[in-house]
Amino acid sequence: MYPDDLGYTREHEWVRDEGDHLLVGITAYAQEELGDVVYVELPTPGESFAAGDEFGTVESVKAVSPLYVPMSGEILDVNEELEAQPELINEDPYAAGWMIRLAASDPSERDTLLDAQAYEQLVNELRA
Amino acid sequence: MTDEPLIYDLSSPGRRGVRAPLPQFEPVDPTEALPTSELRTDLPLPEASEIDVMRHFLRLSHKNHSVDTAMYPLGSCTMKYNPKVNEVTARTPGLADIHPCQPPATAQGALELIYELEALLASITGFPAVSTQPAAGSQGELCGLLSILAWHQSRGEARTQVLVPDSAHGTNPATGTMSGLEVISLPTADDGGIDLQNLKERLGPGAAAIMLTLPSTLGLFERRILEVVELVHAAGAQVYCDGANMNAMLGRVRPADLGIDVMHLNLHKTFSTPHGGGGPGAGALAVQAHLEPFLPGPRVVRNGEVFELADPPPTSIGRVHSHLGNFGNLVRAYTYIRSLGAEGLREAADDAVLNANYLRASLSDDYDLPYDRICMHEVVLAGTRQRRLGVRTLDIAKRLIDYGIHPPTIYFPIIVDEALMIEPTETESRESLDNFIDVMRRIAREAESDPDKLHDAPVNAPVRRLDEVTANRRPNVRRVPEGGD
Amino acid sequence: MSYAPNTDADRAAMLRTVGVESIDDLFVDIPVQHRDPTLDLPPALPETDVIRHLAELGARNATSSDLPSFLGAGFYRHFVPALVDQQLLRSEWYTAYTPYQPEMAQGTLQAMYEFQSLVCDLTGMDVSNASLYDGASALAEAVLLCRGLTRRPRVVIADTVHPAYRDVAATYVSALDVDLHVVSAACRDATSVRPDLQPLVNAIDDQTSCVVIQRPDFLGMVVDPDPVIQAAREHGARVVVVVGDPVSLGLLVPLGDLGADIVVGELRSLAGPPAYGGPGAGMFAVRSELIRRVPGRIAGRTMDLDGKNAFVLTLQTREQHIRRERATSNITTNQALVTLGATISLCALGRRGLREIAEQSLTAAHRAAEALAGAGAVIASDAPYVNEFAVHAPGGAAARLERLRKEGNVLAGIDLGCVSPTFDDLILVAATELTTADDVEALASAWAQTQ
Ligand SMILES: Cc1ncc(COP(=O)(O)O)c(C=O)c1O
Repeated sequence: MYPDDLGYTREHEWVRDEGDHLLVGITAYAQEELGDVVYVELPTPGESFAAGDEFGTVESVKAVSPLYVPMSGEILDVNEELEAQPELINEDPYAAGWMIRLAASDPSERDTLLDAQAYEQLVNELRA
Repeated sequence: MTDEPLIYDLSSPGRRGVRAPLPQFEPVDPTEALPTSELRTDLPLPEASEIDVMRHFLRLSHKNHSVDTAMYPLGSCTMKYNPKVNEVTARTPGLADIHPCQPPATAQGALELIYELEALLASITGFPAVSTQPAAGSQGELCGLLSILAWHQSRGEARTQVLVPDSAHGTNPATGTMSGLEVISLPTADDGGIDLQNLKERLGPGAAAIMLTLPSTLGLFERRILEVVELVHAAGAQVYCDGANMNAMLGRVRPADLGIDVMHLNLHKTFSTPHGGGGPGAGALAVQAHLEPFLPGPRVVRNGEVFELADPPPTSIGRVHSHLGNFGNLVRAYTYIRSLGAEGLREAADDAVLNANYLRASLSDDYDLPYDRICMHEVVLAGTRQRRLGVRTLDIAKRLIDYGIHPPTIYFPIIVDEALMIEPTETESRESLDNFIDVMRRIAREAESDPDKLHDAPVNAPVRRLDEVTANRRPNVRRVPEGGD
Repeated sequence: MSYAPNTDADRAAMLRTVGVESIDDLFVDIPVQHRDPTLDLPPALPETDVIRHLAELGARNATSSDLPSFLGAGFYRHFVPALVDQQLLRSEWYTAYTPYQPEMAQGTLQAMYEFQSLVCDLTGMDVSNASLYDGASALAEAVLLCRGLTRRPRVVIADTVHPAYRDVAATYVSALDVDLHVVSAACRDATSVRPDLQPLVNAIDDQTSCVVIQRPDFLGMVVDPDPVIQAAREHGARVVVVVGDPVSLGLLVPLGDLGADIVVGELRSLAGPPAYGGPGAGMFAVRSELIRRVPGRIAGRTMDLDGKNAFVLTLQTREQHIRRERATSNITTNQALVTLGATISLCALGRRGLREIAEQSLTAAHRAAEALAGAGAVIASDAPYVNEFAVHAPGGAAARLERLRKEGNVLAGIDLGCVSPTFDDLILVAATELTTADDVEALASAWAQTQ
């Protein structure tokens, strides 16, 4: 459910370190809570955000949830596939459902993220 | 019930519906009047016969539930009986076939009607000034907040926040944003009212107004209303009342007497103008004297025996409507108030409140009641007990459809889990309420014994549950003409 | 009398169930000193009497049968087929609520979808919503959409856009950081007026979120908007077009083909008599890329569990009940019943009928202009027009209109001083397929008589 090689936020984003950049998406728990995702609004490449800023929204039929940048940085790229196929977020949240590619400006922020175990514990608390 | 084709599918080249009038003049060829580059070459409208058009829309109408069909207990919507006499008066030729630009001298009856309606609404709410220009409640809210901002400005104050309880209708925060204000959410106290301590903390020098709903969307009258008003005024802010729920208060309290500064009314709720499948409604904005200079204009004024249209003063927020609002609905609301009189209005409020309390008392054994106290015109139940059985409020709502009753408002107010917001209105009889109670109890039993019956509901409606996910992922919002585009 | 069916016996039994003694006990949360005021209202009237009273008020208004009328300016007297009102009087339509429970509202939802399709057909746009309040608020919402989209502060708006629409747009943006820039788009000489788009073109800059024009413009004139559209494109501004008379859409090139990004207008004329200006219905249509920024309701087509065709409100996350302070607009109640009337009317008229009434309106206006010219009037419009034109009134429009009404018994038109003080010697005259030869004769002889 929560791959070991990812970092997590308390707002249910995941971060994958891909060497010179980061990949960001939402967790399996988040997509499950949302239900069928019908639309994602993503930023334009080139925009910069501070950690915790809202970078977009994800929508189900009757709800809109904000998406937060896990670490400060500049958007290199967004997942264009999601425009036509938002269901990828439900079907494959950690791979095909990725959302943004980010060039982190402060790698030390990596330490603020939860590891898989801590995140799973958070989810268990939320589910209780 | 079978699928009804689109009107386009009933079209056949060359088929005619109604005929245009006989020509009165020697025709002018459009190409003589306009450059050919300005003229369209095709007009892809349907070509259907009159009888096919009539039958198509008649068959469509059969797929609707309506107040005249059966109970329609949508909370916050006041689905009361729409008196038929209103439809007659609104169609009086002298009130329908009149043009908004005709000189006031030729529209004295229309102006008098607006003037008198504003006066009647002033008496009912206690406010000295009313404008019936807003086209609906939400537009009334916008006028109200803009008037408040203009008032602050006239006193040299620039305030930037509006406080909105978390139980509020979505239009309240949305209007706050349209008015350029930052929306600050106020948590609801345990008894369903406003948390005074919290209110004090948030009422800073930036607060322009609080928007509260009276009775609240929980169907509760704010017991601390006088304290709230005092606190807000002491902080230099104004009290806006969302008056969509005025039906509970007719003849029982005039909101102006409580110290409220501005209030909008939904004439399409309290004053019986029909909802029309989504509209048109009519709003009205009622204000205390200090806010009158800011009301939208033009306004109808009386000069001796003559009614005139006064241009808005420079203080006014300006116009919000092309003309004088949804006049046809003003005629209906005026007809309603004149038909009921003071006693009838109060009786309406009394029966609306009694009916809601009767449902509350009768259903609280089978459904959770998050705020267990006397309610006003509506009662909010929760399907939390049923959720533990794997049945959601949505399922309960859909099952009601199978029993021929329109579901209540669901999942609103958003602070109540699995909310079922039920507003019976005064025009339901005791028998009708007993039937509703019986059905709701039966559904509670079904949730225990046969939850799948609820998951599968409705099975007796023209369609079953819909694929809303596809509708939102790949929206199809118009017929695409043949050949595509 | 309150249409409430319960008897005193019913009430007594219900109070017992509730567990209170009297109805008064249900109102104890209201501060006691403010409870139970006396309302000062006139006595209740039974049905017969209230009808008589309203008929008396109606009798004090002049209808188009009392005085031949050439009033237009956004509200036109067009032919509305008899079946329209008979449908609108069906309870299933007019006593239903917004279709939030689609299984019980397929009629309303399919009618909305058909309405949206017809609007797209007429305007050449990709997406229509299910209506806003009126033409004026539709324009205001278009301006807000463009502001949100471009985050630019400036709005360039032609003075030949309906003056009340301009006013309403100004009210809607009054608390926001928007610079509404009204620019002259018509120029005058002594007795005539013609379109002049150059000042608009000049006014569009890189801070402009949108430019607003009307077509036919408020003075009735039709002009090729291309220079404005090109200028907007160059500067990344959007183009909002206000439709003067929806019936003109049966004749004129679709606005989508011309390059409009948003089309707004007032649809009342398709659904019923002018009703003193309301309820109308605001049309709002956009290009597909703007669909998620559209205010108000939209119906979409989908299927039910059994694969049956069905309709449902779509993209509801735009709306206030879900997005609250971040909604595209605060609108909730719209003008559904009026759009239903317009839908049925368009279907009954059909392709040929709409074209015919548009042509007849054009004919009537041009014949009225000839008759006025024959009576000594100077037709001021120096541009092609469809069914509305300006006449020069030496000595001032207001005074002449008053004389035309009092001495000539016609409502000859509207004082164009409302557009700009420099136009206060121009009268705007509208005609439609309901204008008769007798009406035109009355107008011409009134003109001659008030020379
Ligand atoms: C509590 C409340 N406030 C405001 C509104 C908005 O009114 P309208 O739909 O007339 O814009 C509604 C109804 O929709 C409501 O129930």
